[in-house]
Amino acid sequence: MTYLNNIGAYFLMIAEMFRKPTKWSVMKTLILKDIDDLIIGSLGIVAFISFFVGGVVTIQTALNISNPLIPKYLVGFATRQSVILEFAPTFISIIMAGKVGSFITSSIGTMRVTEQIDALEVMGINSLNYLVFPKFIALMLYPFVISIAMFLGVIGGMAACVYGGFSSLEDYITGVQMDFIPFHIAYAFIKTFVFAFLLATIPSFYGFYMKGGALEVGKASTTSFVWTSVMIILLNYILTQLLLS
Amino acid sequence: MIEVKDLHKSFGDAHILKGISTTFENGKTSLVIGQSGSGKTVFLKCLLGLFNPDQGSISYDGKIYSKLTDAEKRNLRAEMGMVFQGSALFDSMTISENVMFPLKMFTKQSKSEMQDRVDFVLKRVNLEGAHNKMPSEASGGMQKRVAIARAIVNNPKYLFCDEPNSGLDPKTAIVIDNLIQEITDEYNITTVINSHDMNSVMEIGEKIVFLKDGHKAWEGSKDTIFKTDNEVVTDFVYSSELFKKVRKMYIEEQI
Repeated sequence: MTYLNNIGAYFLMIAEMFRKPTKWSVMKTLILKDIDDLIIGSLGIVAFISFFVGGVVTIQTALNISNPLIPKYLVGFATRQSVILEFAPTFISIIMAGKVGSFITSSIGTMRVTEQIDALEVMGINSLNYLVFPKFIALMLYPFVISIAMFLGVIGGMAACVYGGFSSLEDYITGVQMDFIPFHIAYAFIKTFVFAFLLATIPSFYGFYMKGGALEVGKASTTSFVWTSVMIILLNYILTQLLLS
Repeated sequence: MIEVKDLHKSFGDAHILKGISTTFENGKTSLVIGQSGSGKTVFLKCLLGLFNPDQGSISYDGKIYSKLTDAEKRNLRAEMGMVFQGSALFDSMTISENVMFPLKMFTKQSKSEMQDRVDFVLKRVNLEGAHNKMPSEASGGMQKRVAIARAIVNNPKYLFCDEPNSGLDPKTAIVIDNLIQEITDEYNITTVINSHDMNSVMEIGEKIVFLKDGHKAWEGSKDTIFKTDNEVVTDFVYSSELFKKVRKMYIEEQI
């Protein structure tokens, strides 16, 4: 019953988020601040993880191809497919559920605990529009982060492949370019937009409707991470089934 | 003037407000007092429109809140100022930005006009020079004064304060009480304060509403509260040794 209540409250929150818009001059500042906090602030960790995981994917693939009949360029092909189809959109999103999601839940939850949300409501401001909508708009730039993750994942793979002596640079680039299907990029970005929506709204829901004190803020952050990850994995399966099979 | 008629509010099985009726007049500082759990905060949140009453009505200068449209409710709320118990300052903004916030949201003033008003209001609460501090860098008393400045910056008609001097030392508490009283007189605001601080009652209680278990148990002023023989009120008022001595002295003086 609690789950059904939460699902209903979540969709009501999304509807309310678009009502009674905040003054544009104020909203513009909030959106820019959230772009800085959520997108620009995540680039460093995303770049670091993407580069090295791209390298690990390449090493694992190369080490598992022991048959001399399998061409060396397959390493580049496998790295590209892994990074573009799954690693960048899905696994970076789960990492972002931890980084960005817990930031959103704890910042909104702290505002709830310290009555800052009540202060907004008393002033006649639609607090959901004021707090959640800028995050939703900021995370519409999330595909930009994923593009960087895709690029650095492939570059990391190339560095590991060439400097690790698994194949030549030419073979790796041939593999990366081989049998490229442009729809795979579209598929990855469709997933990314859906995950961006989840990343903005689920952590906001858990922060906005939390009750209690500082301890509950921590619990709400954990719960929001769990549910954001679960929904990302579930929708990843559904979208893959719908778009690729 | 705020007029409350037969106000009821429940949460599940808990009946918190049980038919409260009273009025709060313009230009007067009214205090709602009572023990913890008596329903003061729920009552204040009903006045603010944060809770919808189950029964009864609240009218602001003749306009019944529940009959207003959403737009009218928003306009009315823009005329309200609120000082929260924990100040509720936006911790991502400086003191100056906190005070400017209602002006940014509800007026079309230019930046320089807004800045002038913020300077004036911060001076009024004796906080010149604190503009660029973050709330976390301000003391409890300063935070309360910033909250008052934010509440009055947009010239509200109604000012609500939830235990404005809780957590403050007695001297700072008196400064805050006097500031609220002065502002109420100066701008002819309808001010309602939730408190269980008897010092506040003695300082600024032009009208006092005493709540007990969700009922209005007594109504009067700071001049009459020490003379009442209502047992519920005397139990509350004379619960401290200091006030027991004050009463003894008062009775001796009368004799």
